[in-house]
Amino acid sequence: MTQKYLIPLTAVFLLFLVAYAGAGAGLGWFFGIVFPYLAVIAFLVGFVIKVMGWARSAVPFRIPTTCGQQKSLPWIKQNRIDNPDTASGVFIRMLLEIFLFRSLFRNTKAAFNRNASNRITYSWEIFLWVAALAFHYAFLVVLLRHFRFFTSPVPSCVQFLEALDGIVQLGLPGLFLSGVVLPAAVLFLLARRLFDQKVRYISQGSDFFPLFLILGIAVTGIFMRYFTKVDIVAIKEMTMGLVTLSPTIPDGVANLFYAHLFLVSILFAYFPASKLMHLGGVFLSPTRNMANNTRAKRHVNPWNYDVPIHTYEQYEDHFRDKMIEAGLPVEKKE
Amino acid sequence: MADELTPDELLDKIDYGTDSGNWLDTTKSVQIRPGMYCYAAKAESVETLGLPNARSWNPTEEDWKLPDNWQQIIHDGIKERLEKFRTFKIFMDVCVRCGACADKCHFFLGTGDPKNMPVLRAELLRSIYRNDFTTAGKILQKIPGGQRLGGNRPLTLDVLKEMWYYFFQCTECRRCSVFCPYGIDTAEITIMARELFNLLGLNIDWIATPVSNCYTTGNHLGIQPHAFKDMLEFFVEDIEDITGVDCTPQFQKKGADILFVTPSGDVFADPGTYTCQGYLILFKYLKDKYGLDVTWSTYASEGGNFGFFTSHETMKRLNAKMYYEAKRLGVKWILGGECGHMWRVIHQYMDTMNGPADFLEVPVNPITGTKFHNAASTKMVHITEFTADLIKHGKLELDKSRNANRIMTFHDSCNPARGMGLLDEPRYVINNVCDNFYEMPPNTIRENTFCCGSGAGLNAGENMELRMAGALPRATALKHVHEKYGVNTLGTICAIDRAALSTLCEYWVPEVEVAGIHELVGNALILPGEKERTEDLRMEPLPGCEEEE
Repeated sequence: MTQKYLIPLTAVFLLFLVAYAGAGAGLGWFFGIVFPYLAVIAFLVGFVIKVMGWARSAVPFRIPTTCGQQKSLPWIKQNRIDNPDTASGVFIRMLLEIFLFRSLFRNTKAAFNRNASNRITYSWEIFLWVAALAFHYAFLVVLLRHFRFFTSPVPSCVQFLEALDGIVQLGLPGLFLSGVVLPAAVLFLLARRLFDQKVRYISQGSDFFPLFLILGIAVTGIFMRYFTKVDIVAIKEMTMGLVTLSPTIPDGVANLFYAHLFLVSILFAYFPASKLMHLGGVFLSPTRNMANNTRAKRHVNPWNYDVPIHTYEQYEDHFRDKMIEAGLPVEKKE
Repeated sequence: MADELTPDELLDKIDYGTDSGNWLDTTKSVQIRPGMYCYAAKAESVETLGLPNARSWNPTEEDWKLPDNWQQIIHDGIKERLEKFRTFKIFMDVCVRCGACADKCHFFLGTGDPKNMPVLRAELLRSIYRNDFTTAGKILQKIPGGQRLGGNRPLTLDVLKEMWYYFFQCTECRRCSVFCPYGIDTAEITIMARELFNLLGLNIDWIATPVSNCYTTGNHLGIQPHAFKDMLEFFVEDIEDITGVDCTPQFQKKGADILFVTPSGDVFADPGTYTCQGYLILFKYLKDKYGLDVTWSTYASEGGNFGFFTSHETMKRLNAKMYYEAKRLGVKWILGGECGHMWRVIHQYMDTMNGPADFLEVPVNPITGTKFHNAASTKMVHITEFTADLIKHGKLELDKSRNANRIMTFHDSCNPARGMGLLDEPRYVINNVCDNFYEMPPNTIRENTFCCGSGAGLNAGENMELRMAGALPRATALKHVHEKYGVNTLGTICAIDRAALSTLCEYWVPEVEVAGIHELVGNALILPGEKERTEDLRMEPLPGCEEEE
């Protein structure tokens, strides 16, 4: 069991060391230029290949999971969101799913007590939902904030987001909320995997690796901002070089930054081949993104084919005498 | 059954703390245990359908008599299905193992077996998929210990046996899917897995034989046409004893208004038979009062479709009869009885597989004028939709007091609840035919409903321990309302439920009986010309008539 998380932890630590030491040994151009470009290409190509692969597969049947009352008789109130029969209903269902993790919000926890009543009890389990939401939104904010390194001048929306994120004024430089929430949420998700017996049992190395990787990215980032105070001007020069496709390696870029960037690159490259592709998959999930109107509207299966059936004629041929005797109608009398 | 456990013994075994071993190791779980698996499909049933590898085999024996190239067959089968079903492909890729589904499965809650967590059941197949179909898996294979990191493993005979064991411990109820942030539907994965098993002739007999019967004889139980007619006529006699009215149905009547199809379980076994009597009474009433002409068919005498538990193709082959017969008889539309997975097939698959049903009319209730827009394409209406509409328009004369002894709760059957959203119609009917109705706790009804533990072809006799363990979540909810409100009747709209829940009640909550909704309708409906009723359809005294007995 321990290898499931010790190996990913060690791997992330080694990746950090490789970049940190490598940059120190003068390989800055590899960790600062070559690998980031390769990672972005791997991410984009991999993502597109994966989504196209899914899209290429047929959706033969309309099989939405319905979580509320269907549309039926006019006086029965339909649950238009959880059991949509129109595209607009599906759109709202998907919005709630993608932006608010609605299904996860329903999560309950079951417990069984072996006593006189032997009840299975269910309680609302909200922490996974909270942590998941906190994690994803904090990550998004952090990602968007980083656009200040890739744009010049920095767009006002990025500045606004940064101001909002730093709304709690604490110390100098100002504290970003996302910088607190993201690692906290990652640590919670990690703790669940380690200490919840059920979740530990189902967890793989490939579940721990991205958590450690993201934690590594967050920690290196936080360290640079609040503790080692890296040369931001040099870093911006370098990142702008990357996005304008005229990469340079300016002096004064800290080795810690190369390590941070390398871990980010690993995350990008790893993304399409991993479970992180749920980012793309959630949009395409056929149980959620289809309207429940299969009885009302015809839906065509692209690979439908004829099948052998036992016809009425064969049936009657087989049972004719018995049917006649029993007074059942038949097509042919003999 | 020698291995039958008492409820207490079964409860003693439950522990949600999972063992600490690595699930990738199969050695422990492939010990296929009596009471937890169903007998193998008989060769003749598999042969009738022309499905592959018909032979006699036994799951507990070492040798499963597989073809030499069985791994290749499974590999090719997975490949084909990845292209044919986007669901399958996405569900293999996007699970993050968040564990939200882990404690949602009735089999996990009842057994504590960690491999009954939906995520892990799916992982059994995903581990093969990752190994054989993903780049990461192919790379990890080459690194020592890499397979364990990625959770992939090669398809060995032990892995196959383990998958077989656990995918036949899934009733395709979809409860886990409700909670999954990506809508991963384990039922869909189970359907794919069972299709793959059928490529090797690895079905269970409780599925294969009904399918073969249904194909040749028209229904799961292999009831031949004359016997089917006899059975309904037997009910007619009973109804006449109770009501004094002759409710003889019509068979294969050309030009009737409506073809009625119900699961053959309703014709065969108590308490479904009482529901069947309810249908007969309702149709007689509508015939006498409004001239509605309903016909039954011995050819399309099965609503249930165990093909659904075999393969998409087999499902289509069995389902085709309904349209085929409706066309031959020239009816206007089709009415379907109370059945669970039959309705999932009708709702989600039928029109796509066997449509367009352009020889039928968009269903209109000729008595109320209601057009069933929600069935405009399939042309098939659920009987609780139909009856609810009649009641709403005041077309039925009902005497609720005849069900006064019934303190009801309602079990939402998984398939109508989570496959179509048929939730309020049966409740409306119940509330109009009886006075005492109490809901079970909210976490166990409607889309959160719990399986009876015997769905998807697992309603056999030999896997009783599995069934009773799987029934536990339903049973504890039922027990709660039984103790709190004195509930004595569990209403349901599924034929498997009527059989399975009766066994469940007998085992876990012996004071509760199971009834179909149209049994209650049959009791309450005042037939024109009926004598004063003193008995209900079970020939037990009506409330208030006890003394006269």
